Amino acid sequence: MAAIRIENLCKGFGSLEVLKGIDLDIADGEFVCFLGPSGCGKSTLLRSIAGLENLDGGSIRLGERDITDLPSAKRDIAMVFQNYALYPHMNVRKNLSFGLALNGMKRDEIDRRVTNAAEVLRITELLNRKPRQLSGGQRQRVAIGRAIVREPKLFLLDEPLSNLDAGLRVTMRVELAALHERLAVTMIYVTHDQVEAMTLSDRVVVLDKGKVSQFGTPLELFYRPANLFVAGFIGSPRMNFVNANVADECETGLRLAGGGLARELSLDTLSPAPIGRDCPVTLGIRPNKLELTSPDEAHLAGNVRLVERLGTESHVHISLEGGGDLTAVVRGTHPVSTRERVHIRIPSEHCHLFDADGKAIERPLDAETRALINQEEGRGPRGPVLEERHA
Amino acid sequence: MDMAYAGTQTGAARRKRASVRRHIAPYLFISPWILGFLFFTLGPLLFSLTMSFFDWPVVGERTFVGLDNYRSMFTEDPQFWESLWITVKFAAIYVPFNIVMSFFLALMLHHVTFASGFFRTAFYLPSVISGVALVTIWSWIYSREYGLLNFMLSLVGIDGPNWLGDPNLAIVAIIIASLWGLGGTMLILLTGLKAIPKELYEAATISGVPGWAQMLFITLPMLGPMLIFTFITSIISAFQQLTIALLLTKGGPLGSTYFFAMYVYDNAFKYFDMGYAAAGSWVMFVIVLALSLVVMRWSAAWVYYEGEIRQADGERNA
Repeated sequence: MAAIRIENLCKGFGSLEVLKGIDLDIADGEFVCFLGPSGCGKSTLLRSIAGLENLDGGSIRLGERDITDLPSAKRDIAMVFQNYALYPHMNVRKNLSFGLALNGMKRDEIDRRVTNAAEVLRITELLNRKPRQLSGGQRQRVAIGRAIVREPKLFLLDEPLSNLDAGLRVTMRVELAALHERLAVTMIYVTHDQVEAMTLSDRVVVLDKGKVSQFGTPLELFYRPANLFVAGFIGSPRMNFVNANVADECETGLRLAGGGLARELSLDTLSPAPIGRDCPVTLGIRPNKLELTSPDEAHLAGNVRLVERLGTESHVHISLEGGGDLTAVVRGTHPVSTRERVHIRIPSEHCHLFDADGKAIERPLDAETRALINQEEGRGPRGPVLEERHA
Repeated sequence: MDMAYAGTQTGAARRKRASVRRHIAPYLFISPWILGFLFFTLGPLLFSLTMSFFDWPVVGERTFVGLDNYRSMFTEDPQFWESLWITVKFAAIYVPFNIVMSFFLALMLHHVTFASGFFRTAFYLPSVISGVALVTIWSWIYSREYGLLNFMLSLVGIDGPNWLGDPNLAIVAIIIASLWGLGGTMLILLTGLKAIPKELYEAATISGVPGWAQMLFITLPMLGPMLIFTFITSIISAFQQLTIALLLTKGGPLGSTYFFAMYVYDNAFKYFDMGYAAAGSWVMFVIVLALSLVVMRWSAAWVYYEGEIRQADGERNA
């Protein structure tokens, strides 16, 4: 096991800068996801850690060792590829033992590791089959097994579940979490699926255009997004954004008006907000926090474009009168219908606030959420509280 | 007749006609190819098989002689064995050289990033040059007095030999000239190399598998079907070697480049013994077929075909 420290990592392809000064500290035994949209550089970052890309700058340390210039084979890592990368002409046993045998490992030790990995992954009965004879889930297990037999300090997983169907993905997600618990080894997992990232990770790195947009626990990303990108990227349906202006400011909060707002809205801030009167801001609010209400209580009004009924809840897509769109999540039996005029209240306690540069202005959280985030932050990898583990 | 019954019968007849149309339509679509195959491939093939059982002069009466052409070829015609032996010698050298050189060229081009298109075209170009043009170029290269090859050798103080006049060197000269057209084989192998997923190599690199082992245990097995295909096509082209030998050496000197195809050609168009030439063609066909079957049988144990179905019973679910 080992912690990993990445400092000012840069990588480009020709004139295209893909990674622009990445700094990360990943704790020993932690499960970290690299999350971001296509082209954000998450796979390149993973491949850089694996030593499959030549860096333009920066350094990578694994434990006490600087592995920046080490060849992949000497980094003490293992990688699981998106398309499994199993050798199609070798059976499962050979796929697992191929690398070990060529590194001069003794037959007994190879057999022990292969048997052990096969038992852990429940693929013992498949050892004599070729990859072609396996289902997607079985192939994925073999690919993970090939990583396990190396007994590496760091596991790198590049979208390992993206080729599986939805049901199998859920099953494999649970198995991966259990495997991490069992192996107690540092794992880095690349995905563009936020559900995978939120459910599997101790912490998530959100990448945007080659930069770390935010690095935090899943709940922290959801409840305390550092900027507009993270706020819009995490959560489904995505957060709604409404433009407004600062009408008034004081030590403990702001009063917002104008923009898309029909009525003034007062918001508390944790500390004096670094913005003055008339400054433009963006309000962010999760769809499930919006309330359809009467005209005299409403901050916004609009017409319903579409209602998606999902049973327990309904997604209401609204075109605002002042321009722009909103999505509200209401209870499944709410009688709202298409083309209906609706009035929307924004509960100020659930609002996120962003300055003109898209940076979050810190707001107080309710006690329950704060306690939950603190509890998650206090936890180390695989559950136990950090202080307890180091005690 | 009852109206309802009549209607049912009409409906059944219509369905039958539609069914017939549905079954015939595909064959109509491929009929141009089928007709071409029947008249220009299968027809001549069977016709030549028939010819091989006849004494078939171009002009004059044809006489059925049964297996007599084959018997006299195997027992009374030393030229048959000599030409066959020269062809086997040629194939034994040409085929492995063709494949090994094509493989390494393909490997080089696969890794070359600078001007790869130019190099690919340059290496493939000789394959599209007509046989006659190729022979003209090589007869100039091999010329004893004015040839490029001997000129180059003279620059390093070597008195170049008579490449096409020496019975020992003439076959070497033909092998080299034939290898000049290895671009086709190279292109097939290059396509095969490009089809190997790069993740296989990356996974091996991370696992610490050295380069030579990646070549031996990943590249070669993954390229197996292509290698076998080029192996068989090389054997076929070696046994069909005619143009270069016919134009460059005319089978000489002293019959040292008198290939089997030339032997068949001479029997047909020099001695006008069509039946005997047809028998020779069929002997060549059987030899090539037998060799191809042996290669395929031998390769089955170690060549992996992605399309093979080796489905295990009932254990497909995760």
